[in-house]
Amino acid sequence: MTKILVVDDSNSIRDMVSFTLKSAGYETVEAKDGQDGLSKAQTNGFDLVISDVNMPIMDGITLCQELRKLPSFKFTPILMLTTESSGDMKMRGKSAGATGWLVKPFNPEKLLATIKRVIR
Amino acid sequence: MDIQALAAEVPVEGEYNLEGIDFISSGKQYLAFILAQEQYAVDILCVEEIRSWENPTKIPNAPSYIKGVINMRGIIVPIVDLRLKFSIGEANYSETTVVIVLTVEGDSSTRTIGFVVDAVSDVLNTEEEDIKNAPAFGGCVPQHYVAGLVNVGDNVVTLLNVEALQTIESHQLS
Amino acid sequence: MSVDLTQFIPSFLEESFEGLELMESSLLNLEQGDDETINSIFRAAHSIKGGAGTFGFDNVTEFTHLVETLLDEMRDGRRSIEQADVELLLESVDCMRLLLEAIRDEVECEQDKIIETSKLLAIALDGNSSENSQTTDSTAESSEESQAESNTGNNDNAEGSNSWQIEFIPEHHLVQTGNDPLLLFNALSDLGEVSIKANCKDVPALNDIDSEELYITWQLTLTSNASENDIREIFEWVEDECQLNITKEQTEQTAPPVEGPKSESIAEPLAESNLSPTDNTSENPTPTPSENDSIIKDKSVTKTKPDVGSIRVGVDKVDSLINLVGELVITQSMLSELGNDFDLTKIERLTSGLEQLLQNTKELQESVMRIRMLPISFAFNRFPRLVHDLSKKTGKDIELILKGEQTELDKTVMEQIGDPLVHLVRNAVDHGIEPSEVRIANGKSEKGTITLDAYHQGGNIVIEINDDGGGIDRKAVFDKALEKGIVDANSTLSDSQVFDLIFEPGFSTAKELSDISGRGVGMDVVKKNIQSLGGRIQVESEPGKGSTFKVNLPLTLAILDGQLVKVGSEVYIIPLITIVESLQTQSDLINRVSGDMVLYRLREDNVPVIPIYQLFNIASDNEKIENALLVVVEADGQKVGLLVDDLLAQQQVVIKSLNDNYQQVEGISGATILGDGSVAMILDIPGMIQMALKKAQKAQKNKQAEQVMLEGVSS
Repeated sequence: MTKILVVDDSNSIRDMVSFTLKSAGYETVEAKDGQDGLSKAQTNGFDLVISDVNMPIMDGITLCQELRKLPSFKFTPILMLTTESSGDMKMRGKSAGATGWLVKPFNPEKLLATIKRVIR
Repeated sequence: MDIQALAAEVPVEGEYNLEGIDFISSGKQYLAFILAQEQYAVDILCVEEIRSWENPTKIPNAPSYIKGVINMRGIIVPIVDLRLKFSIGEANYSETTVVIVLTVEGDSSTRTIGFVVDAVSDVLNTEEEDIKNAPAFGGCVPQHYVAGLVNVGDNVVTLLNVEALQTIESHQLS
Repeated sequence: MSVDLTQFIPSFLEESFEGLELMESSLLNLEQGDDETINSIFRAAHSIKGGAGTFGFDNVTEFTHLVETLLDEMRDGRRSIEQADVELLLESVDCMRLLLEAIRDEVECEQDKIIETSKLLAIALDGNSSENSQTTDSTAESSEESQAESNTGNNDNAEGSNSWQIEFIPEHHLVQTGNDPLLLFNALSDLGEVSIKANCKDVPALNDIDSEELYITWQLTLTSNASENDIREIFEWVEDECQLNITKEQTEQTAPPVEGPKSESIAEPLAESNLSPTDNTSENPTPTPSENDSIIKDKSVTKTKPDVGSIRVGVDKVDSLINLVGELVITQSMLSELGNDFDLTKIERLTSGLEQLLQNTKELQESVMRIRMLPISFAFNRFPRLVHDLSKKTGKDIELILKGEQTELDKTVMEQIGDPLVHLVRNAVDHGIEPSEVRIANGKSEKGTITLDAYHQGGNIVIEINDDGGGIDRKAVFDKALEKGIVDANSTLSDSQVFDLIFEPGFSTAKELSDISGRGVGMDVVKKNIQSLGGRIQVESEPGKGSTFKVNLPLTLAILDGQLVKVGSEVYIIPLITIVESLQTQSDLINRVSGDMVLYRLREDNVPVIPIYQLFNIASDNEKIENALLVVVEADGQKVGLLVDDLLAQQQVVIKSLNDNYQQVEGISGATILGDGSVAMILDIPGMIQMALKKAQKAQKNKQAEQVMLEGVSS
């Protein structure tokens, strides 16, 4: 079963993303900030990580950098959730090692269609 | 053993149910009652219950016409003696003395008060046009309680305004 | 497949309201260079915007975007933190609150304030015009994109199926970004039929292969209605790491797609990829772009009614409840078994079983009540903002100190105590704290202080509102009362009795009824509200130093431990918590003072005796004080002895208010229904003390009047 890590400090966003993914048959684990996400990643393997950028304690960009340092996450797709679509965001994400991004707001269908670019 | 069901079947002394009332299509229905020799009536839709007189628990320093409060199915209901309030006749407590419990729904709340009367009389069906205005002078009942007068046979029935009845004046302290 | 997200709206709203509260309190505490705070304010706005966008609450998204932009400038250092901006942001938080409330209550939102504040925000942002253009660019960008998307959407329908040639030449390190070309092709196949041809000419010999590098390039053919933009979008994450050439073939529009995509791929023993694009098209369900907007519009499913409120409960409280219920069930089945074959030999077991039941019920009750208890901070947290706004409005510099915010009280009590507290705080700002010049002239600090404190005392919660202002003007109050006929010139009243006069109806000594506190909501209404909760309020004041209002409230509205007593034919209930002791009076300890007052010597204290029958004007069996039953009670540090005819049982009673169908009765805090179905009144001890006091004063007045008359006659 494909396992996805969902990281966002907003409860309702996290619940929604998780719900959407679950209803498509994926298995999800949730984290409420970058630090929480990192520690969950260290003890579990995931096929995909979806993370918000703006979070307390550890933001999404830093989380991405830290994940890339873990051997098991070297090539794992990591998608950033962001409300900005500026080139600046792209650059920051890419240099942190992100695979891609999703612009908020997104609807569930778009989310499901988009993640197919990186998981089965 | 279902206690609740059993309890519901036991006839409770002093409680009557209003049943079998025909609802006519137009006009309103009123419950008529007697204070001394006079007939009065209130909107029947406000009548929650008719109870036989039971001694209420006194409220300290209340006006004399407020006899106290009773427990009506867990609700604390004040009892107002209309004969004392309007100074009509004597306030005797006999087998026919009855308490008419009226409930009025306000904006945010409901108010339930019981009124002591000498006896319950009849159910009246009246049309709007039969209700006449009460004369401004005389009468022991202050104007604002009176909603109108209705002729029933040889008698005149005074219709009372339930909301006015329910407005309890602020407790005057001795 | 459509996913219904409407179920998440209530939780989003709840979260957003919390976010707004955080924004507000953070804004009030914001200092220069406080990065962490400004970041948390930004994040709160950002979250609200994001969520609103997902649900389609466009008005919220648009407005919040402005707020977010301003905050972004501040957190980046592009904008210094000015007070004017903070005020504007506070206004904006109010607007956001209005917008969200309108959504929650399913009504139209009042637009005036929103429009005005939006304008102000735009002006503020315009001040930093270069940044502004960047952000408008990005919003323009995203709107352009969505524009482009919808445009191409339209074009698609017009054009019909096309055949595209796609050349995909990735850079060698592409996979290190986590992207997998084959999965991209997977996504591509959602658009239509795909045929793939891999070009492996660059793949080095086995020895030289670096497993983390990609050496293959691809040629793809796609037959689809999609636009070029749609295709590019699939590759958008890797567009910097590849060469992507897309050409449209103008040939054979009408020819149906070739049967089964051909794959002329030369399989390579590379680590990851498993080339089997043939199965792709059949597996993937096509997304339905038309349903983009449907999630938000279809609100009929879960209507959020004006709901009765909800409580967050710690799991530990719930667990303890579950345990207690479990014990109750055990006791019940034990009693049930006893009842099956009962005979008198089992009486002892029955008794102990009933005792067990009592214990279970008590614990369960306590546990449930604790669930309704919340820290008073929920009521207190509107005050920083209130004082801040009032302080600006009145031009007075006022500091608010909050203490005891963790003190818990019943949720319902808390909800109802909010308005009275607001009035008291407003009063403190308006009438309590003097204007700065006056303060300075009197050698006080220019900054006034208002303190809110809450603590438990006995079975109650005490809330104190203290100000270090000028205190209550005793003379002004007395004169006003005189004017209103509440007192007469000859009354001698203690200071606290004079101060209590401010709670009389129609009372206001403010020279002009100020807009802030004199809105026809007087102190008498505050007192009434507090009393209807079963509480009371008193005030202490010292001229020049300030005033303290003390509000006393029961911890729970529902239940009371009471001592039943008999006076004549009436049964009353004295709250156990007020009882100091009960005794039989001894004649030698009774002292009469100044005519009517009777004092009982209880060790060191002289305790005034209150004959209940006199106070309540009822018949009593015993009117003598000698050898009578005295219940000594205490309230507010004052001890009194209540004269009763008999002591009955002690029991727990459920408090029922007299207010529902009747009104507040002096000396009575509520009523209850006893085991035999009759109603009994619960005594309000402080109230009774007041009553006795008033009675004594009146008697004194009458005596004085008599005196005057007698003198008049005799002279």
